[in-house]
Order: sequence, then structure tokens, then C-alpha cells
Amino acid sequence: MSARSFPRSSTWARWSARLSSFSLSSYGFLSYLFLYLPILILVVFSFNDSRSVTQWAGFSTRWYGEMLADDQVILALWNSLFVAGVSTLISTVLGTLAAVAMERYRFAGRLAVDALLYLPIIIPDIAMAIMLLIFFNQSGLGFEPWRLELFGLRLAVPYSVIIGHVAFNISFVAVVVRARLAQMDPTLEEAASDLYANSWQTFWRVTLPLMMPGIVGGALLAFTLSLDDFVITFFTSGAGFNTLPVRVFGMIKKGVTPKINAVSTLMLAFSLLLVFVSLFARRGEKNPAGELGV
Amino acid sequence: MYAVELKEVSKHFGSVTAVNRLSLRIADGEFFSLLGPSGCGKTTTLRLIAGFEMPSAGEIFIGGNEQGYLPANRRPVNTVFQHYALFPHMSVAQNVAFGLEMSGVPRREIQRRVGEALEMVHLSGLGNRKPGQLSGGQQQRVALARALVNRPKVLLLDEPLGALDLKLRKAMQVELKALQHQVGITFIYVTHDQEEALTMSDRIGVMHKGSLLQVGSPQEVYEAPQTRFVSDFIGDTNHLDGLVTGLANGEAAVQIRGAQQPVRALTVNGVRLGQQVTVAFRPEKVLLDRQAQPDGNTLAGRVVDVVYTGSSTTYLVRLQDGQQVMARQQNAAVSPQMRFQSGDLVTLSWPVHACKAFAE
Ligand SMILES: Nc1ncnc2c1ncn2[C@@H]1O[C@H](COP(=O)(O)OP(=O)(O)OP(=O)(O)O)[C@@H](O)[C@H]1O
Ligand SMILES: [Mg+2]
Repeated sequence: MSARSFPRSSTWARWSARLSSFSLSSYGFLSYLFLYLPILILVVFSFNDSRSVTQWAGFSTRWYGEMLADDQVILALWNSLFVAGVSTLISTVLGTLAAVAMERYRFAGRLAVDALLYLPIIIPDIAMAIMLLIFFNQSGLGFEPWRLELFGLRLAVPYSVIIGHVAFNISFVAVVVRARLAQMDPTLEEAASDLYANSWQTFWRVTLPLMMPGIVGGALLAFTLSLDDFVITFFTSGAGFNTLPVRVFGMIKKGVTPKINAVSTLMLAFSLLLVFVSLFARRGEKNPAGELGV
Repeated sequence: MYAVELKEVSKHFGSVTAVNRLSLRIADGEFFSLLGPSGCGKTTTLRLIAGFEMPSAGEIFIGGNEQGYLPANRRPVNTVFQHYALFPHMSVAQNVAFGLEMSGVPRREIQRRVGEALEMVHLSGLGNRKPGQLSGGQQQRVALARALVNRPKVLLLDEPLGALDLKLRKAMQVELKALQHQVGITFIYVTHDQEEALTMSDRIGVMHKGSLLQVGSPQEVYEAPQTRFVSDFIGDTNHLDGLVTGLANGEAAVQIRGAQQPVRALTVNGVRLGQQVTVAFRPEKVLLDRQAQPDGNTLAGRVVDVVYTGSSTTYLVRLQDGQQVMARQQNAAVSPQMRFQSGDLVTLSWPVHACKAFAE
């Protein structure tokens, strides 16, 4: 259809502009729908008063009650939190040190180390998981658990899972901390040494406090990734160890119930909370979200 | 004994020579400026003295002691950085206290000295602010207080006023000079602003491509430049190319193409007969008139541009061969019939002793 068939071409132009702006905004709307509709359905049906996950039968919190009554789920939750906590602690320290080394020192083989540091971010989880599995098998380290009691619960967390999580989290922490370091004015450190501070004093009094928002951001990212991880945990845990995602996977094999929705909603809430905390911790920085979504 | 002495110091960054066999002695209590165009090695020289860079060759002495590879934190100097480099996470008082804390001064004394230092730079009462809550000029003062509170042997300043606007800059120049008098500490001051160097310094070192070309008092450097570069860099200068046709008593007769008679100029560095040279003289030494003056140098030309700048007027005059000369006259001292317009035919005159011939 040519424009000539419309004598009042300005009206046509106006309508076509409106149409295209409408279709643009509706594309945006559609992609959001695409992203969030499944999540919305998941959350809504976790409150469904029926065994069915497809037919709405009224509002109820009974599945949350069942979830809390399920010892296996509670144990998995604590396992998740424990693995995430310990691996975050270790990977935050190691990742920060790696970032400082990369950004502030020149040494032989720096470029190679630099590339290797990003590898866990780039390679597929499954490849990394299989590598770790083979590593723990072949090296004879095995899947020995760390036994401890936490709030009256007996946990048995394989060291291999923690090591596996540390292995991928170091890279994420390093990337976030490094971005922060790169923004920092290196003359601040020179000023400290000009004012008689030795390298340690410079690090503790100047570098570390200024890096802190990056470190907190990196730690929260690591904690979130660790909580959400399924593949690496599944392959490095040996038999009988469940984190929340692994437990959900096990439950699904026996059939989908709204209890799974409830557990998933709980995990979703955790992740959202962490994202907000991290945005809050890094407020005042330029474009905080940009760095978070590495 | 000198506050700072550099002996044949060089610094290479890969293939770049930032500082080239530089030797320099700076006396105790002196206000010494390093002046030069961008990239000539001023900052590098300062960083070598501070200990942020180590020399590729040569020796550096501070207070008579060879510094060798001593790191920055063990040298008795402090630095005021170009962009202040104040610690953003500490208050003004914590910034100023930092150096004293690191050198283990007792807490009570730190408090007293920080208070005194802030008073000295007129910032009492702002001790609890963060640097981000201060204006540029105030941040500058904090940087000064943070360095001076340690009573260093030498204070190094890298274009400390570079980020301030013109008016504040002028005020700070006066204040900085007065402060230096008061504390009696040696200042080594890096700038690429020749006017700033002239007004503040006891002595100036002019740098070019990593080397010191000339060291002297502001008068010496301004009135008696030893090279064409120095004469060109410090203040406005006229340059005319010509041929040496006579040499006598430290004076050269230089024939400018198209001129009726040669220009006489003091010879500086081994000017030979028949050589192509540059004659240099300051615009404010040139007198404009409608007829020739009885003695000194004279050239005829035509006014091509007139620039009025308040207290003075600068005329651009084109000579017969196309070379141009600037002449500056104080407006207050000039009678109305001595004002000129574009297109006027004029005669330029200037004294022989204010004119130099440089061989290139
Ligand atoms: N870390 C470095 N690595 C490589 N080259 C450098 C380094 N620092 C300085 N240079 C080079 O050394 C030369 C002198 O630099 P320097 O910073 O001392 O100049 P400057 O006189 O302070 O200039 P400006 O007035 O622009 O500050 C320049 O050519 C510069 O590019
Ligand atoms: Mg510089």
C-alpha cells in the first residue's frame, strides 16, 4: 500500500507513528510478560488451595505449612545457607586478593592469569561440574562430609561442594571488585605512602575501605549464585546431600505439587532480597546495577 | 648543604626518556619552580624526588642524604597532588592527621597540630566535613595542610592551582607564597604557567624534553634567556630571522630581509659571521611612532591588527618581508596622537640591550 493512496498523508504519518510506538511499547511489554509470566504463575499457584498446579481453587497458605513441616526441605535449606555462607566467605577473600593483584601489580604471566580468572564465568556450568567431579574422584579427595551441628540440626556438608562453589565464585567476586578498583584513583594510594604509610597500612587504611562497596557487592553476588546453583552442587556432592535446588529436583521426580511452588517462591524471595540489599549497599555509585549483572 | 640535589638523574619509560641527565641544587628554604611545556618531564622529576619513581641513572640527595631506592614513605618530603588526592572516606581532620598517625605521633599532639594546621589554611571549623563537601579551593587548602602538618624538609607541589579558576588561582598564589615565608620550608613547585612561576619563585628552572635549559631568578630568566626556547616560552617574544653581517663588542649586526639597515643585538651563544640567526625582543620594549628614533634599532612596517586589553594595547605590525612584530604600549602613558589603527604606516624602535641574537 503506497502512501499516495492516502491524500491526507500527515494524518497517515501521525497514525503510523502512533502505531509503531504502540507496537514498540507492546513488544517491550511482551518481553516482560515472557520473562515474568512463568514466575508469576509459580508464585500464584504456591497459594493454591488444591493439589492441582493448573486449576485455581482458592487462596491458602497450606503448602507453606507443609513445606515447613518437611524436615528434608528444612535440612536442605540449612545446607544451602551453610554452603553459600562458607563459600562466599572464602571466595570473597580470595577473589579480592586476586583483584588487587591483577589491578595493582605487574608480574610475569599476568596476562595468562588474567584470562584464566575469567574462565569459570565463560565455560558452561556442566563442563565445570564434570571437571570438578573427575577432579574429586581422581585425586582421591572424594566427597568426605564436614559434620557439624547447627541450631540443633545435624549437617553433613561435603567439602567438595564448598570447594566447587568457591571455584566459580572467586571469578565473580574478582570481576566485581576489580571494576571498583579500576575506578579508584591510584594517586590516593601514592598519597598514603607519601604520608609515611607502609604497604600494609596503605592497604588497610585506604585501599580496603575504598574497595568495600565492591567487596560487599561481590560477596552478595557470590552468595546469590551459590544459593541458586544446581549443576555444580549436584555433581560434587556425592550421594545423599541436598541443597534446596537439588531437593526440589528430587521432589519433582516424584511429581509436581504446589509445595514445590512454595519452596521455589521462597528461593525467589531470598534472591530478590539479596539483589535489593546489594543495590542498597552500593547506592551512590554510578550505575550500580550495570556492574551487578556481570 | 642543599635541601635537594639531583646529580645526572635520568628516567626512561621503555623507549621514552622522560628525564635526561638532569642536575639541580635547591637551597634550604627556597621557592623553586620547575617550568616547562606539557610532557617535558616536570611531574616525573617531582615523582623521582618523592620516591614514586626510581631513577634509571643518577643520584638524588635530600638534606644531604642519598635516597637510593628508599620508598616514598621513608623520605622526608610531602606532596601536594594536582587533583589533591584527599582520602574521600575520611573527614578533613582525619586526612590532615593521617601522616602524623603513620609516624607515631602521640594522640594529644596530633589533635593540637591538626588544629593549628587547619587554622593556618583558614579551615578551622570544617574539620568534620568530608572532602566531597568542600569547594575546590577548600580542598586545595586541606591538601596543603595535610602535607605541611608533617613539617617536611621539602614540599613538592605538582600544579597545585591547576584546577582552580583564574581569580581564585591569583589569590592562592599570593597566599601560598606568604605561607612558604611563614613556615620556611623548601618548596618545589611544578607549573606550566610562566606567569605563576615568575610571580612566586625565588628561582626558576626551565625544562624542555627532559633537560634543564636554564636555571635562574625570575629576572634572569625573563631578561636574559640563554636559548631561543627559554626566550620564547617565558613571556611574549618577537622573533625575526636574519643574517649576521657584522660582529663587534658582543654585539651582532643582523640584516633582516627588506630592511634599510641591520638590527643590532647582543650575542648569546657563539654567533658567527654569515650565520642565519634569530633576533628576539619583548613586545613591551618596542616603541611605535610615525618617525624613526635617533638611536637603537628601527624598522618600518604597517599596522595589521590592534588588540586592546584594558591596561595595554598590543599592535601587530607587518614588515616589508612579511615577518610580523608585536608592540605593546601601556594605555595610561600614551598620548592620543600616538594611538594607531590598522593600515597606519609606523616605525618600530627598541633598544639594543633588550635585543638578543640566538644561533639555531
Ligand atoms: N608511567 C609512565 N609510563 C610511560 N611514559 C611515561 C610515564 N610517565 C610519564 N611518561 C612520559 O614521560 C614524559 C614526561 O611526562 P611528565 O608527566 O613528567 O610530563 P609533565 O612535564 O609533567 O607534563 P604535564 O605538564 O602535561 O603534566 C611524557 O612523554 C610522558 O608520556
Ligand atoms: Mg605533569
